[in-house]
Amino acid sequence: MLKKLEPMINQTPQVTVRETSEPEVGNGLTPVKIETRQLDFFYGSNQVLFDISMQIRERSVTALIGPSGCGKSTFLRTINRMNDIVEGTSHTGQVFVDDVEIYDPRVDVVALRKRVGMVFQKSIPFPKSIFDNVAYGPRIAGNRNKKSLREIVEHSLKQAALWDEVKDRLHDSAMTLSGGQQQRLCIARALSTGPDVLLMDEPASALDPGSTSKIEDLIFELKEKYTIVIVTHNMQQAARVSDETAFFFEGQVIEFEKTKQLFTNPREKRTEDYVTGRFG
Amino acid sequence: MSLNQPDAEFESHLAFRNFLGKAFGIVCMVSTWFSIGALVVLLASVSWQASGWLNWSFITNYDSRHPEQAGVLAGLWGSLWLIFFTTIFTVPVGIGAAVYLEEYTQNGWIKRFIQVNLSNLAGVPSIVYGILGLTVFVRMFGLFGTKERVIELSLFVLTLEIPVPFGTTVLSGALTLSLLILPVVIVASQESLRAVPSSIRHASYALAATRWQTIRHQVLPSALPGMLTGVILAISRAIGETAPLVIIGALTYVAATPGDIESPADLLRNPGSVAEVPFSEFTTLPIQIFNWVKLPNSDFQHVAAASILVLLIFLLVLNGVVIYVRNRFQKNVRW
Ligand SMILES: Nc1ncnc2c1ncn2[C@@H]1O[C@H](COP(=O)(O)OP(=O)(O)OP(=O)(O)O)[C@@H](O)[C@H]1O
Ligand SMILES: [Mg+2]
Repeated sequence: MLKKLEPMINQTPQVTVRETSEPEVGNGLTPVKIETRQLDFFYGSNQVLFDISMQIRERSVTALIGPSGCGKSTFLRTINRMNDIVEGTSHTGQVFVDDVEIYDPRVDVVALRKRVGMVFQKSIPFPKSIFDNVAYGPRIAGNRNKKSLREIVEHSLKQAALWDEVKDRLHDSAMTLSGGQQQRLCIARALSTGPDVLLMDEPASALDPGSTSKIEDLIFELKEKYTIVIVTHNMQQAARVSDETAFFFEGQVIEFEKTKQLFTNPREKRTEDYVTGRFG
Repeated sequence: MSLNQPDAEFESHLAFRNFLGKAFGIVCMVSTWFSIGALVVLLASVSWQASGWLNWSFITNYDSRHPEQAGVLAGLWGSLWLIFFTTIFTVPVGIGAAVYLEEYTQNGWIKRFIQVNLSNLAGVPSIVYGILGLTVFVRMFGLFGTKERVIELSLFVLTLEIPVPFGTTVLSGALTLSLLILPVVIVASQESLRAVPSSIRHASYALAATRWQTIRHQVLPSALPGMLTGVILAISRAIGETAPLVIIGALTYVAATPGDIESPADLLRNPGSVAEVPFSEFTTLPIQIFNWVKLPNSDFQHVAAASILVLLIFLLVLNGVVIYVRNRFQKNVRW
């Protein structure tokens, strides 16, 4: 697993590496792809994540659920270090991706984000053409080959269930797309760089049932190769697409279980109340 | 409450709100027409005074003691070169400083300190910049004594003969004007950088872009049109400046154009002469106007009016060019 990370570590193999005592594979479980240990997170002096320790497994879908403002998006953004950009943020604890501590100063954050793609809660098309939006990631990574770019754009748009609607207007401004189309464009854009972890923050919140089920199909398909972490407010969606579900509440993980277990037989009262819609 | 049940309170308020909206529109319209009216009056009175005086020889003649033979050749080329070099100095420095302040520095007391000073500098009278320019560029603090020396600098095929200190040359003038307008350019550029939504930057970073790529491909294309607007306004201001140039010792009467380039044809015939331009003496349109207005012979008032027209046309052409460039940039950003 370490071999995959060679570009990320930038020829400095002394980077902090995850150490484990117990064997983690077996019982049909895939290896651990992402692990957080005692993760606390702060905006200024305001702590929003408390002692989060989670293991997210390779080639699985992990759903994050919980009431608004409980820290789901913040947690998601710690995995690709997008929080670094926000001034005044800090954390304690560790986050590992592929056994490497990603907050280690020797880790190149650009290489990390190449592997860990992200779909934001709000869709943010660039003020460019549809084509240029999807080609942006590969281009800045150095891809200058027109043919290969065209293939990537087509493939990504097809995966995001948008190709048929835009194939005749690829050079129109992305701003002319509808809200739901823009959201799928952002999914296509996130796929275009070929990540192996995909963080999705409510990717279906502005979509009609048809597109939503296409996105869910996509998630199923991607699961074969990718590790997916998805935030959703839709309990049915969480139940449908995810293998494991974490219930966040006021910055803490109350329960992190196999999805079936969490929905049918939750350990905690608060989880039960939330998934049955009694609060939140 | 249903629609056919009238709500008296709501409706009386609504009438008032509609009235407010209309009144505000009228106030804005009056302001617009007031500015346009002032401009029309200015143009009309200047054109009337200048009629019969603005002809081709007015453009191609140097200044003269005889009003009929006086012309703006020296001032026109002087202003042109001054603005050219001012733009060359100001745009990269101004935009660079704005990008650094907005995209690279963290918010903190240093940034606030710089910010406050920038805004203050934008309000310093231009004559103060003249004094600064005189000390720093024209005389170079007297470090080199009063005797002028020449430093030779070879650049590929060109050999530049740079006088030290710069003396009252186009170079000193352009550097002085650059200092004068830099605060405005920086503050305006910062504003347009701030207007680029930070979510765009985040989306770019999330696609594994470096900071430079994000600035180059997302931030600058969106901010550039706004930045150029700031540059246009500042440069237009600089064209009309007289005081700082008089302070640094710009002459009112010059019998040669910078680099001896008297027409575009001269420029094409001998492009190398551009290298001499920065180190030439100069006068500018506003200085010539200022000078003519002072003269007792009333015919010179007509000469002054004609040169004001030339200045206005010059400004118009310059703005047209920049707006064209700006629109070209805007095409790449497709909101
Ligand atoms: N940039 C920021 N600066 C300061 N506080 C922030 C920032 N972003 C989020 N917060 C705070 O952190 C807490 C967690 O926010 P977060 O966006 O992670 O919630 P969430 O679980 O994603 O909510 P939602 O379901 O509404 O998207 C909230 O209290 C929020 O106000
Ligand atoms: Mg959120």
